Order: sequence, then C-alpha cells, then structure tokens
Amino acid sequence: MAERELLAGAMINRRGLLKCMTWAGTGVLWTVSGGVPRTLGLLGEADAAEPQASGFTFLQISDSHVGFDKPANPNALGTFQEAIAKVNAMPTPPAFIIHTGDITHLSKDKEFDDADQAMKALKQKVYVIPGEHDVADADNGKAYLDRYGKGTKGKGWYSFDHGGVHFVALINVFNFEPGFKSAGLAKLGDDQLEWMEKDVKGLSASTPIVVLAHLPLWTIYQEWGWGTEDAPRALGYLKRFGSVTVLNGHIHQIQQKVEGNVSFHTARSTAFPQPAPGSAPAPGPMKVPAEQLHSILGVRTVNYVRGKSPLAIIETPLSA
Amino acid sequence: MVPKTMLLLGTLGAVALFAAAPRAPLAGAGAQIATAVQIDNFHYSPPMLVVSPGTTVTWKNDDDSPHSVREKDGKFKSAALDTDDTFSQIFTSPGEYEYFCSIHPYMTGKIVVRPEGKISSN
Repeated sequence: MAERELLAGAMINRRGLLKCMTWAGTGVLWTVSGGVPRTLGLLGEADAAEPQASGFTFLQISDSHVGFDKPANPNALGTFQEAIAKVNAMPTPPAFIIHTGDITHLSKDKEFDDADQAMKALKQKVYVIPGEHDVADADNGKAYLDRYGKGTKGKGWYSFDHGGVHFVALINVFNFEPGFKSAGLAKLGDDQLEWMEKDVKGLSASTPIVVLAHLPLWTIYQEWGWGTEDAPRALGYLKRFGSVTVLNGHIHQIQQKVEGNVSFHTARSTAFPQPAPGSAPAPGPMKVPAEQLHSILGVRTVNYVRGKSPLAIIETPLSA
Repeated sequence: MVPKTMLLLGTLGAVALFAAAPRAPLAGAGAQIATAVQIDNFHYSPPMLVVSPGTTVTWKNDDDSPHSVREKDGKFKSAALDTDDTFSQIFTSPGEYEYFCSIHPYMTGKIVVRPEGKISSN
C-alpha cells in the first residue's frame, strides 16, 4: 500500500497536467502506442500523457458501486460523479470510456438509474461490462442485460475496433464455480470462449489487442477468488499477437504483471479501497481516514500512439 | 396447505422476530421450527446446519459487504442481501442442500435436513 501511495504521489508531482485531474479513486487513462500498453510510473514514462496527434487515448473507470453508502464511503454516487466531472475537465478528452464493472452495488433499478444519469454527463461513448455486483439480482443479471445487453453476444460480451486496436469485452461474472471443491474462481464459460476464438481468428498478429474483463484474468489471490479459472484458454487464443493488454477491475487497487506479450492491469475503484491480497481476514471495503479516501480512488487513461512506444497508462487519483 | 403453512410461519416469524417472509416450501410440510445462519466477515455461520424437516432457516447479513444465498442447483436463491437484510427458506424434504454466495463464490455453506434429527451445527 505504501508503494502505491508513493507512486500516486510521484505521478502527481511529475506532471502539472495531472494536478487538475487529481481525485480519490478515479479512473485510468491509457495510451496505446506501438501496441504495447503499460502503466506510467511502474513501467513507462510520464510523457505518454501528452496528447498524441497520431494516436488516441481512452479512459477506464471501474467499480463505482453506485448505491454503496457504508462508512468506507457514505456517498459512492458522489465520488462517481466526481470522477466523471474530472474526466470532462481533462484538457485532451479521451476518445471513449470503458467501465470495467460493478457499476452498481446491489443490481437495483434505482442504482442503475442513478449510474446511467451520472454517465449521461460524459460526452463520449461508454463501453460497459458487468461485475458480479451488477448481476446479483434474483434473476441472474436480467436487470443488467435488459439495460446494457442490446447488440451484444451471448450474455453480454462483445468486441469493437478503434484506431486499429481491437477491443474484446469479456464477461466473467455469470459462470462462477462455487467453492465447494474448488477455489471459487470466476469463469468465462465455453460459449464465450468459442465466440472469442472466432472473434480474433481473422485478425493480423500485429493488431494490438485490449481485453476487458471485470475479475482479473490472472490469479492474484485464490483465497479471495481473485482470478478466472479458464482465463488461460482465452489467453491461449491471443498468443500469436504481438501486443495484448488486459484491463480488469474488481479488486479496487492497482496490480500489474507482464507475461510475455501480455500485460495485465487492475484498476482502482471510484468508490472505496479494498485490502491488499491476504492483508486482512476478508476482502471487504477498507475504511481509511476521510482525508485519505480521495487519494486511493481513481481513474485510468490509456494513450495509443501508432507505431511508436507502448501503450502508456496513467493512474489518476481523485484527491484534490 | 398453503394458508396453513403461511399461518404457522406467520406465528413463528413473530416469535422469532424475523421480518422476512419465507419463500414457498420446497415440498410437503412438517413441524415448523426456525433457526438462523449469520453471514459475517465473508463466512456463513454455522457453515453446516442440521435441521428437522419443516424448519425455516433465515440468513441474516451482518457484514458490511453484500452477500447472497444460492443453492448450487438453483433450488433456492436470494437476491443480493445488503447489511441487515434477511432471507428465509423453509426446508421440508430431507437431503443435503449446498449453497454459495453468488457475489463471492468461494463462500459456501450447507443445510442438512434429517428426519427425526435434532437441530445441531458444527
């Protein structure tokens, strides 16, 4: 945790640009350049935050948990709106927004309504995938799919292209393996994996791939179910590609890993932090002093620059 | 049978101070007994509960995270339970009912319904 806080602080000091974007638990700005994504401060250089004439940026928001009102953050809708206002104040607006799940806390209509209303303030298209909190209604996700499922495949998965980058939005919150005899990890399921294999089949190996999924596609901490059992099969379909970036949410903190051609990243929440793996008895909301909350929430921007250096990823805390 | 069940459950609910209305019985009907499973710190407590046929089990979420109760084959399931929410299910047929939390699937529990069995847990 100390390292992460240090990292956030270093980034804020490094670039005046970020000063006007500081907030607790916001989002992640991504730069894609030359097809290899990376996170500023951990893997890359802050310069990637510069607007790039030949590329584009997109922004990741995650785990807004609209409806959450417990002591860890009595107003999750408020911090979500705050994050959105920060996005709208960015000097170089991202091309589009991705929300990597747990839009709501309890899958209630009112929560989805409030979240939709908040996201209407965004000028860009918002691509969403559900977290397990979005499909926790007694009808197994009907509330989410009625709202966001139009034009998607299977139980809400889809893909799209932007600026030469192929995005695959996967859903790993419908096929959990209950933890009776296994670890209780997430699953993508055969139907979705078969679709994905076909979806990427015709693409040239030089196409940069960005994969979105709510739960991490690598096992971060099995005891808390922070992983996806059949993710290796999905990653197998992507082996031939030169650049694969996996963007996840769920764990409300930044974790990153590079394995061969694949880089994995988890994002902060806009609502509340969660403990580092194994550092608490359970992965529940972590209460921090009120004045610290905004430094732990955040958004992420990604910058894509064609034919240059890798994807640059900038984490931006919500703190003022 | 349904009105009788409802009446019995209503009386029982008042005594046990359970506000949530039990779902429909899985099958048949028997002596009405109520007991509780607490959800706290990402655990069902007790993780295994042995009850007699006709028992209404009520889960109460005492955690600050939401949880749910879903039988592995879908025989019964709750919506997401926020802090202090409850969910009740009457068990009339003997058998073993394994359930998990659909939000945190590594959380599991079991209800064992045993004829003539005394209520116990471990």
